[in-house]
Parts: sequence; structure tokens; C-alpha cells
Amino acid sequence: MDEINSLMHGFSVALSPFNLLLMFVGVILGVIIGVLPGLGGANGVAILLPLTFSMSPTSAIIMLSCIYWGALFGGAITSILFNIPGEPWSVATTFDGYPLAQKGRAGAALTAAFTSSFIGALVAVIMITFLSPVVAKFALKFGPAEFFSVYLLTFCAFVGMAKGSAIKTVASMMIGFALAAVGLDTVTGQLRLTFGFTEMLKGFDFLIAVIGLFGIGEILETLEEGLAFKGKQAKINAKIVIETWKELPRYWATSIRSSLVGCFMGIVPGGATPASFMSYGVAKRFSKDGAKFGTGQVEGVVAPETAAHAAGTAALLPMLTLGVPGSPTAAVLLGGLLIWGLQPGPLLFVEQKDFVWGLIASMYLGNIAGLIVVLTCVPFFAAILRIPFSIIAPVILVICAIGAYTVHGSMFDVWLMMGFGVVGYLFKKLNYPLAPLVLALVLGDRAEDSFRQSMLLSQGDVGIFFSNGLVGGITGFALVLLFWPLAASMIAKLKARAA
Amino acid sequence: MDHQEDQAADQPAASSKAVEIAVAAIILLFGAVVIFDSVRLGITWGDEGPKAGYFPFYVGLLICLSSVVTLVRAVRLTSEESFVSRGQLKMVMSVLVPTTVYVGFIALLGIYVASVIYIAFFMWWLGKYDWLKIVPVALGVNVALFLMFEIWFKVPLPKGPLETALGLA
Repeated sequence: MDEINSLMHGFSVALSPFNLLLMFVGVILGVIIGVLPGLGGANGVAILLPLTFSMSPTSAIIMLSCIYWGALFGGAITSILFNIPGEPWSVATTFDGYPLAQKGRAGAALTAAFTSSFIGALVAVIMITFLSPVVAKFALKFGPAEFFSVYLLTFCAFVGMAKGSAIKTVASMMIGFALAAVGLDTVTGQLRLTFGFTEMLKGFDFLIAVIGLFGIGEILETLEEGLAFKGKQAKINAKIVIETWKELPRYWATSIRSSLVGCFMGIVPGGATPASFMSYGVAKRFSKDGAKFGTGQVEGVVAPETAAHAAGTAALLPMLTLGVPGSPTAAVLLGGLLIWGLQPGPLLFVEQKDFVWGLIASMYLGNIAGLIVVLTCVPFFAAILRIPFSIIAPVILVICAIGAYTVHGSMFDVWLMMGFGVVGYLFKKLNYPLAPLVLALVLGDRAEDSFRQSMLLSQGDVGIFFSNGLVGGITGFALVLLFWPLAASMIAKLKARAA
Repeated sequence: MDHQEDQAADQPAASSKAVEIAVAAIILLFGAVVIFDSVRLGITWGDEGPKAGYFPFYVGLLICLSSVVTLVRAVRLTSEESFVSRGQLKMVMSVLVPTTVYVGFIALLGIYVASVIYIAFFMWWLGKYDWLKIVPVALGVNVALFLMFEIWFKVPLPKGPLETALGLA
């Protein structure tokens, strides 16, 4: 069992007192970020990324990934107590979580949410432990064409699985690609899309885009709803926790189903949100209390939370093994790897064993730390949400501005962040998805490089993407996903005509 | 929105249709700019392979195509759905405008002084707080930020005349 040995080695890396401290700091910061409006996992990690520049990559990724776990846990607090989903994948948690809180069972709902998040994450981490070395070994044989086909699959999956308009997903994604192309072209050394502005030479940093689009944009959108949050009180003590834990084993089937849905959907890009909805729907159908879902069923909290956390964790698998992030937050972590001088992708498992296994071990430990922190500190976190908006909003905006500035120490980036903020507000209100834009901005250069290299290999023949079973299979699957919305609407039309 | 502001707060400031059309048109223009610059760089096959504009050209083309579809769909919309009401727009502007001014002030005053003024203004203007509450919050947050960034993590932030005078810059 090679993996077990590597994992044990990882634990020895992760279990230093300094790394343990970072874990708790990360989780607490993460929950605060997850609870606050305008600061989610992606932009929270983006803002805090510059603080890690001076750390060793292993310590840095441990802290940042723990911020991510914290943010995932934090989303449940706002959903259950305030009926405000802090993250898109927490929306399904509000369906039964908030009614439970209204009935005075907020403590039970929170305990169920945290525990099932933990179980979901644990299943996903176990999957990562055993599957990622296999995927990485397999991916070592990848050439540029295979990598491009994986990128293609990532982007087509976004179009195919988009909940809103597929056309708007394409537009948003292509804007990301265009912004990624700005600046110096690494192959020819020519300047692209800079139009003589020296500030544009370096191109657009996606961290700035993330802070603007998700941070400023979300605050502007929140403002429309008014300034007050009205929430339920949460009482959570050892008695409630133990009583809820006694109840939870009853939902073992739901837990298993939701974990599987989450793991599978998490590997596919943009998976956490659909995973939480899907798992809620599946649980509703299979549960004997299905009809009562939506009125405050603990099982209705277990299902989406398990799946969302499993998916959020599983999203790190393609990020680590292929260098293809499955979610905006995974994309930010990937950006972190590049900044620390690590090349994400299969070689990471060969060349940076300490880093990879330290990270995987920290996923186990970080989630335990997360569970302890959230179970003991809920009242404190809920109190943060009760700080009036007219105090917390300017503080968040100041933190966003600092975050944007520290990426490159440039004022121009702060202005860019404001610009992205307005774009984010408009796009959110018009249902343009933001995640594809961010992912395209992150992966744009690498996707283009692999495309150009493939074209060079084949002397311009697109047939290279179908030249063997593997690359052809991935490309084919990507195309099926891409045209899925079109096919689905045509099938629906045909059915309507037949009826 | 000069007169009868309160009664008009629920009236739409812009229809979804108008904003949808405007945004799609801007995206179309952006796509056109991308295509224009790609053509300048060369979109064909050069000596060492595809030229610099080869990939962005298709990106620009897809931006234009998708925004044209959105544009046509938006023009054919018949609903009068509101994009943002006057009251909502006022709320958004009341944050966006001071924040823009704040970003402008960072370059002049340094980030800490600008942030103190910004948080204080925000609390006074939108929160209608007492100065007894405003001053400690605005100063406290910035002292905490200063300690965190300058001292603990050693990440220098923009400083202005005050920090220079105090010898902190």
C-alpha cells in the first residue's frame, strides 16, 4: 500500500505545531469569510493569498485549504440561521435548515450540517488519497493534445451543465479567455490587446478579477436587499450535539448516496452547486419522509451538505493531478501553486511528494479542526452576522482593496477590481455565470499553449484531437457535453410536437 | 431622480431589457476589439506555427456570435421587468460612489488614512452613528490592519504623508 505510506509521511509533514496552528487559524478565518457577505471561499482565499508569499508552500497550502474548509462550513451557518446562502452550494441547505431553525431546532440543524459536511469531506479525501496517484500516473503520459482535450472537457462541461443560458456561459467564458490573452504573448513575444497601455503589459491577474467579481459585485447585489439581516438564535451545546449525533445514523443511506453524488460531481467542474441540489432531490425521492422535505427535516440538511462538501473537496483532485481546477476556489489555490513556484499537474506527485501528501494529510486534519471549531464557536460566528451592515460593508470593501493591492503592489489593480466589481454586479443580475470567466482567465494561457503545441505537432490538423482512443474519447465526450443543451432543447421540442 | 424620490423608490430605474441590450452591445464591442487586434497580429499560420492572433481571433469571434444571439433575444423580449428600482439603484450608488472616491484617495493619503476616513464616512452617512462609536471603530480596524500587514506578515501597503511624518513609511 504505497498510498498509506505516502499518507503517513504526509501526516508527519502536516503535524508540526506551526502547521497545526495555521490549520486552526485558517479554519477560523475561513468560517468568518464564509459567514460574511461579499467574502466567499474564492475571493477570501484570493485576498489572503499574498499573506502566504513568505511561508513555505506546504504551510501556505495548508492554511489556504483550511480557509476553504472553513468557508464551506461557514456557508451552512448563514443558510440555517439567516436563510441567506453564503455560497451558491448552500442554497439547498436553506430548504430544510431554516425551517428547522424557525422551529427552534437550529442547534440540531447546525450539528447535522457540520457533521454531514465532515463526512462528505472525509469520503472525498479518502477518494483523493487513493485515486489521485492513479490519475497522476496516468496523466504523466499526456501530451499537449491530451491536455488540451482535458481543458476542452472542463470548459464544455460548464456549458453543458449550466443552469442558465448556455450562450451566456459561452460569452462569459470567452471574455475570460480574451482577458487571459492580454499582455505579452509567450511564444512570439508580441504584445496582444494592450493598445499601448503599459499597465496592461502584465495582463490581467485573475486574483483581481476574483476579488472584484465575487467580492465587490456581491456586496453591491446584497445592498439592494437592504441593510438588515434578521436571524434566528442558535443554542448549541454538548447535549444537542450528542442527541443529533444519535439521530444521524438513521440517515446512513442518504449520507452514502450524497457522498457519491458529491464526489462524482466534484471532479466535474462547477460541480458543488448542482451536486447539492441533485443530492437533495435524490434524498427527497428515496426518503420515506420525502413528502415532509422543506418543512424542517434533518435529513434535508444532511443530503445537500454532505454532497456540497464532498464536491468541494473532490474539486481539488483534478486541480492537483491535472492542473485543471474544478471550482473558482480550486482555481485560486492553483494560482497559489504557480506563485509559490510549483507546477500543478501530474509531475507534482513525483517531484513534490512532501507538498502533495502534506496537503492531502492536512485535508483529514483540517476537516477535524473545522468540525471542532464550528461546533464550539457557532454563537461567536453568528454574532459576526449581527454586526450592522453599515459597519461591516466598508470594512469588507477596505479588505478587498487591500487584497487587490497586495497581489502585485499596484494601484492600477485596485481600480481594475472596482471595474470587475461593476461587471460582477451586472453579470450576476443578468445571469451571466462568473465561474467560467474566472476559470478561463486562469487556464487561458495554458489552454492556448497546449492548443498551439498540438497544432505544431500536427501541422495544423485538428484531427490530432481524435488521433488515439484516449484523446478522441475525451474530446468526443467534451463535444457531447457542449452540444447537450442544444440537443436537450431539440428533444423537448420534438416531444412537445409529438404530444 | 431629483423630485418625489421616496414615492418613486419602487419605480424601475432601468428595465431588464434595456440593461440586457446594453451589456450585450458592450460585449459585442469588446469581441470586435479582440478580433481587430488579432487580425493586426496575424491570424494565420506563420513560420514558427500559428501567429499570436490565431487563438484570440476565434475567442473574439465566439464573443461576438454569443453576444449577437443574446442581443437578438433581448430585443425580442416583451416583458417590462425591472432590472433595478430607483431605491435600489440609489443604495448601490451610495456605496459605489464613495468607494470609488476612496480608491482615488488611497494614492493621495495612503491606504490607512483613506480607510479611516472611508469607514467613518460610511458609518456616519449610511449608519447614522454617533461619533463616539465611529471614531473607535474606524481607528481600531485600521490599527489592526496595520499590525497585521506591516508588522506580522510584512506586506507593505501604500502609505501617505501622515505615515511619512510619523516615520512609519
